[in-house]
Amino acid sequence: MIELILTSIMTMMTPEFWISATPLILASIMTMMTAATPLVFAATGELICERSGVLNLGVEGMMLIGAVFGFAATAVTGNAPLGLLVAATSGASAALIFAVLTLNLLSNQVATGLALTIFGTGLSALVGFDYVGKTIDQIGSIEIRVLNNVPIVGDELNRLLFGHDPLVYLALLILLGSSWFLNRSRWGMILRAVGDSDVSAHAIGYPVIAIRFAAVTFGGLMAGLGGGYLSLVYTPLWAENMAAGRGWIALALVVFASWRPARVLFGAILFGGITILQLNAQAAGLGIPASFMSMLPYIATIVVLVFISRDAIRIRLNAPACLGRPFRAER
Amino acid sequence: MRKTIRLAALALASAMTLAAGTVSADKLKVGFIYIGPPGDHGWTYAHDQGRLMIDNMLGDHVETTFVEGVPEGPDAERAIAKLAETGHKLIFTTSFGYMEPTLKVAKRFPDVKFEHATGYKQADNVATYSARFYEGRYVQGQIAAKISKSGIIGYIASFPIPEVVRGINAFMLGAQSINPDMKVKVVWVYTWFDPPKEADAAKVLMDQGADIITQHTDSTAALQAAAERGIYAFGQASDMIQFAQDTQLTAILDNWGPYYVKRTVDVLMGTWSSGDTWDGMGPGMVGMAPYTNMPSDIAMMARATAESIRTGAFHPFTGPIYNQAGELVVKAGEVAADFPMLATMNFYVQGVDDKLPE
Amino acid sequence: MLRLEPRSTQSLSAAWLSPMLALLLTALTGGVIFLAMGKDPTTALYIYFVEPLTSSSGLSEVAVKAGPLILIGIGLSFGFRAGVWNIGAEGQYIAGAIAGGGLAVYWYESTSSFLLPAMLLTGILGGMAWAAIPALLKTRFNANEILVSLMLVYVAELLLVHLVQGPWRNPQGWGFPGTRMFPDAATIPLLFMGKRVHLGSVLTLAVPFIAWFLLARTRFGFRIRLFGSSPLAARHAGVQSNRIIWQSLLIGGGLAGLAGVIEAAGTIGQLMPKISPGYGFTAIIVAFLGRLHPVGVLLAGIAIAVTYIGGEGAQISAGLPKAVTGLFQGIILFYLLAFDLFTRYQVVMPSRQTVQ
Repeated sequence: MIELILTSIMTMMTPEFWISATPLILASIMTMMTAATPLVFAATGELICERSGVLNLGVEGMMLIGAVFGFAATAVTGNAPLGLLVAATSGASAALIFAVLTLNLLSNQVATGLALTIFGTGLSALVGFDYVGKTIDQIGSIEIRVLNNVPIVGDELNRLLFGHDPLVYLALLILLGSSWFLNRSRWGMILRAVGDSDVSAHAIGYPVIAIRFAAVTFGGLMAGLGGGYLSLVYTPLWAENMAAGRGWIALALVVFASWRPARVLFGAILFGGITILQLNAQAAGLGIPASFMSMLPYIATIVVLVFISRDAIRIRLNAPACLGRPFRAER
Repeated sequence: MRKTIRLAALALASAMTLAAGTVSADKLKVGFIYIGPPGDHGWTYAHDQGRLMIDNMLGDHVETTFVEGVPEGPDAERAIAKLAETGHKLIFTTSFGYMEPTLKVAKRFPDVKFEHATGYKQADNVATYSARFYEGRYVQGQIAAKISKSGIIGYIASFPIPEVVRGINAFMLGAQSINPDMKVKVVWVYTWFDPPKEADAAKVLMDQGADIITQHTDSTAALQAAAERGIYAFGQASDMIQFAQDTQLTAILDNWGPYYVKRTVDVLMGTWSSGDTWDGMGPGMVGMAPYTNMPSDIAMMARATAESIRTGAFHPFTGPIYNQAGELVVKAGEVAADFPMLATMNFYVQGVDDKLPE
Repeated sequence: MLRLEPRSTQSLSAAWLSPMLALLLTALTGGVIFLAMGKDPTTALYIYFVEPLTSSSGLSEVAVKAGPLILIGIGLSFGFRAGVWNIGAEGQYIAGAIAGGGLAVYWYESTSSFLLPAMLLTGILGGMAWAAIPALLKTRFNANEILVSLMLVYVAELLLVHLVQGPWRNPQGWGFPGTRMFPDAATIPLLFMGKRVHLGSVLTLAVPFIAWFLLARTRFGFRIRLFGSSPLAARHAGVQSNRIIWQSLLIGGGLAGLAGVIEAAGTIGQLMPKISPGYGFTAIIVAFLGRLHPVGVLLAGIAIAVTYIGGEGAQISAGLPKAVTGLFQGIILFYLLAFDLFTRYQVVMPSRQTVQ
């Protein structure tokens, strides 16, 4: 094993290795971005939701609902952008059920979120019954050719910067927007105040319930979009339970990001990246047991979390203090 | 093949109408336990097609039921027992992990016949059956070697069990029969069904230079990921041509229907007996989807290979076969034995570019 | 507008009435769904809720299915009361099955009557060890336990897969994944011939009452409750948060581990790649549905088990697809959780003064 690692390091020191590996590295980054995008969508939505003080464990269910309705809409109309819109709104509708239950009827957030996942898995399977085995036209990449004239790396760089499908850029935009919203905008500050101390936010006169409603709905919108990305772009098909646990990973990423949008991207790329890297290492025939390689993304996420969590004060600043607690206006 | 079965079924049906006095008016209830949803378009889908064939051909005498999404583990025994309790007299349990639960339930219901897919333990009322999918993999290996320009083939594997290892080996042997230098890169995804992950594996393999993708997982995702880049690939379990019009070369078809109809007829006639069935192309349990997107000479070669396997003239595991260590495991001119070599296969043949997970 | 007022005292009638009302509404909604699916609603509802309880085999199966849900749910309720979010009970369940089942794999020819008790014990320890990781990382490095416990679920699953098709694979198993069948000495005895309910179910029944005693009658229970309701007051009272985190995670992990080894040694009889149909996650719902009260968890576990078994029955006798069961279960849970409101609050008609 050690010998193997040493020889790999030795080969990696040579310039020939890097020249020959460049296309592979670039290709891997492309694959990584696609793997990270549904996680970025869902995690950004959940982050805003949690920042308002609401913990919604129903991300997996909302993703599946988004995936199936988005696929169905596209299959019927042949219009992929419309499908994405439907995916987002159906995710938001599912989130509304959760919002009414937890915010108006004060039901337990953790249990209601899990119930939403069960509900979503069942509903999506039922709706998707007629769409198994159907095909749609995939949303392709938008190749904007601006850097073609740059010598040597022009083509690769062009692909790297502009060769993704449009939704990758949308995800990044939403992430940036969310970051701006939380840190720079007035409503973002109010949302954070609601999440940190609902009682005082209410006392000042902010509509706590309405703000949380909006945040939960945004969470559903994004989860639905993430689901739609899976069924319309990532793998243009509908199959039961096709999210296969990505909603849970998105939830973990919010914690990993310590409730800061920029770190969501870091987490999603780390998780998606290690997943792709371990597959690459397998394909290259490195000879490390595949079952251990498959554990890597999970273990690495824990390890990195431990490193970034050691600074306790900074984490506490970001974690919404009211997360998961029901709020009822006293007067 | 389908025709002969259909004829047999028709003959049976008319025989039974004639002998209506001796046959009870109650329909025979046949139950199925599925590991996934019939909507997976893979393994469970293929079994459900088999069930529908029973419905179509024997619908007047038989009623079928299925329980889907039964996880291997504590729930399996209950689901099987429930079918037995509700009057099902023939029960197909269609995943390996149902082996022990099937045997346990069979002990409690001696008058019910059980059919367990891919297992190896039989009992008086438990038969086992499986298909020689490796026959199709050999044909695919030959096609891949003919078509590949890079000489590298990407193989997406689920779990390191004999069935999957056998498939990789058969594919490799097929490829080597055309081009001894062919390379097969293997990625284990440790899942039967996770479309995005299957797609990722396909992309990674293509990134590393594979220009043909083949899979032993259940969804269409890998095939589609390949199609997106214009890379040729093979379908799995059923014809997936609608997902890759221009790039699917062929697909292995799991054709359980004829066996299911035959066993149901056996129970109806009272001639059912336990045993182990391991059928391939000969009896039609394994089929090949049309050879598409390839030059006609390659299609002809594939057809010829499949035909010689079907008639029994050729066996994919014909020696000389060497393992990765270079040891001769099957002598020249000999054929690998079903047991133990094929059934318990846990080694790679020479040339596979991977280390078998232990 | 109607207004909600918190109840000053717990109302017994509301505690019973609200689930009943929830069930009634579920029946109505379910009836509409079944009608839409072209099935007779009364038959379908009978299959879901009544049939599992009408036969001895049905009752036995309810006990088998509810057992792990109750065990894990009880363990989790300690942590949830204290505000410790252990979402990874599924992983601790698997770790318990691995640790306990491992003994049966190594002593596969044993006839010792010590084997089974030893397995149960190591099962508990295994679950505890797996839960100790998030506890350690939380108390030592401040790492969030939601993420750590959840990620460890996947690691445990892959570890089990690795073991049963690698070092622990049955040598007579034709290369298939899965250990040998456990010897008789490592199998939990059945209670009745031909039924799956086993001695483990009896053990499970005792746990809620022990837990109730711990929570209601000991200083430890008081500390947990205090810490959950008001961490600041607890700190003033000298309750150490690290100790509470350790204790609640270890209890949750230990009981999940016990559930895992009981399933392996009682219901399955071997280790195989998949040994849980998501018990660890479902148990979270069970815990909250039972309002984190041991007896409530017991009842909630039974209720959820009935819907699972009814769902299978509905596939067989009514031809309703599994998807409908999932949808239906989700709706039941929504109603139950929503009506929980009336056990904690009462609806009052507004008087002039309160409406401004």
